[in-house]
Amino acid sequence: MSSAAEATTRAPSVARVRVRKPLRKRLMRIPFYLLIAAIFIYTVFPFYWAIRSSITPESDLFTTPLRYFPAHPTLSHFREVLSSGEFQRALINSTIVAGAVTLISLALGSVASYALGRFRFRGRAFAMYLMLSMTIFPQIAILGALFTLINKFGLYNTLPALIFSDLILTLPFTVWVLTSFMAALPKDLEEAAYVDGASPLQVFYKVLLPLIAPGLVTTGLLAFITAWNEYLYALSFTQDPEHHTITVAITTFTSGKGNTFELPWGQIMAATVVVTVPLIVLTLILQRRILAGLTAGAVKG
Amino acid sequence: MSPSTEASTAARPRPRRRRSALQRKQTRLAWLMLLPALAAVGFVAFYPLGQTIYYSFTDQQFLAGIEPTKWVGLENYKDLIHDTLFRDSVVLTIKFTAITVGFEFVLGMIIALVVNSGFKGRGVMRAMMLVPWAIPTVVAAQMWKWMYNDIYGVVNDAGVRLHLISHNVAWISQPNTALASAAAVDIWKTTPFVALLLLAGLQVIPTELYEAARVDGASAWRQFWRITLPLLRPAILVALIFRTLDALRVFDVFYVFFGNRPDTQTMAIFAQDAIVGTGDVGYGSAACVAIFLIIGVFTVIYVTFMRVEQQ
Repeated sequence: MSSAAEATTRAPSVARVRVRKPLRKRLMRIPFYLLIAAIFIYTVFPFYWAIRSSITPESDLFTTPLRYFPAHPTLSHFREVLSSGEFQRALINSTIVAGAVTLISLALGSVASYALGRFRFRGRAFAMYLMLSMTIFPQIAILGALFTLINKFGLYNTLPALIFSDLILTLPFTVWVLTSFMAALPKDLEEAAYVDGASPLQVFYKVLLPLIAPGLVTTGLLAFITAWNEYLYALSFTQDPEHHTITVAITTFTSGKGNTFELPWGQIMAATVVVTVPLIVLTLILQRRILAGLTAGAVKG
Repeated sequence: MSPSTEASTAARPRPRRRRSALQRKQTRLAWLMLLPALAAVGFVAFYPLGQTIYYSFTDQQFLAGIEPTKWVGLENYKDLIHDTLFRDSVVLTIKFTAITVGFEFVLGMIIALVVNSGFKGRGVMRAMMLVPWAIPTVVAAQMWKWMYNDIYGVVNDAGVRLHLISHNVAWISQPNTALASAAAVDIWKTTPFVALLLLAGLQVIPTELYEAARVDGASAWRQFWRITLPLLRPAILVALIFRTLDALRVFDVFYVFFGNRPDTQTMAIFAQDAIVGTGDVGYGSAACVAIFLIIGVFTVIYVTFMRVEQQ
């Protein structure tokens, strides 16, 4: 009754606003779109500049009135970087480390998330809290002991040292995020399987694991990015270029040929582009899932 | 239920609800499945943490064997307190944290509100915002280091062209611009992430609230203070906690920009340099423990704040 009355009284005003809206709205929107443009430029410009520098020949790169668009684009920096043995080695090393860290985290994390997400048991809250608190564990806090431990096991200057220590960055949040995926699955699924006489283990890998495949992809990608981007441990636990990961390699470019005092910025920028592009592509493809994974905590509070 | 369980339940001083055999089996199974992950975390985190604390009371060196490691009590901590290099690093890190978290929150809020208000290309914008987050901090630092170049850098070039600066500035090597130049990288890289966290919070605020407020004639400004901000509180707190704890252990940007230059050491660089650079594991471990405690204090403050909020 009242809502109907309200609708009739409001109807004319709504119509009036509709008529007047386009012009005023368009005018109002100009500063708004300027703001959007500013945000967009702010976010994208450093990437643009890296790409611009990576395809600008050395001679144009180090001349003073800067050119904002490359006049003589070249791929020579990319050729040099990609043919460099050290850079290739670093790419392979980073792939090995990040890949291994991701697989181990997913393997241990999915089993743990099955326990945390599908069982009610004593100490569950404690285990959850423990994992959550570990996600904010400062990696610097254990540097001294890790350094000594790694040395003791003869792992200094090896890739396993990095795989081992990167787990602290990836495992806790892997458990945490996968648990939220596990907990979200409907209860009757596994009950049906149990009725059919399946063991908990069978339920895990035949019923639940396929269902949280999207979660595994998202979490795996987050873990991969974390390990791929890791710098402190890679810098501290490896010494020679043979074992450098990409983050260390990208900071150890030394001024190459010629008598310039400048670093080979064209090559460095080409390297940043090479390292960044796969991450950007993956992120853009999986952006919705990543967002869901990253912001789960913020929404629930 | 077996008689033995009944007996043990009866023997307990406090009467408890009897737990079925199935429940006990489930508990055992659950812990069994948790074991690998817990063991891994214990081995990679708790054991090294205990060792770090132990080392902090010794004169442990990386190149051991010359002299056996001695227990030195609180010696390392006493030295640490009087070490001006360490004290400066604490001050610098806290300044950096205050600057970056402040800017990231304000800018992130503006961006989140803009994106939330809806416009064409909003999906593209949101995808773009993930990109700085995804790239390695080290890579971002290198990109900016080149942009800051004192002769060929775009920051100087654009600054001079727009008459913002009268002459080229050596942003990174000058002590008075060093902190700001590093903070700018962090702000650039992380503001979009903060915005995304806040955006996720904004999107769960029911639109009816705004409709009701509009009917009551509340201005957009008033709606922001009375509806958006209070309801966004959980998301804001989560974003602030993550950012603060992250900023306190900052390492990558500063190391890429300045190496172990004394006037720009963060707490993490100080500790890393003592352990790996000097090989003084004992002293460096004391610094690590100090960092851990400082971060712990901030965490406790935030968590208490959250608890109070919830009540």
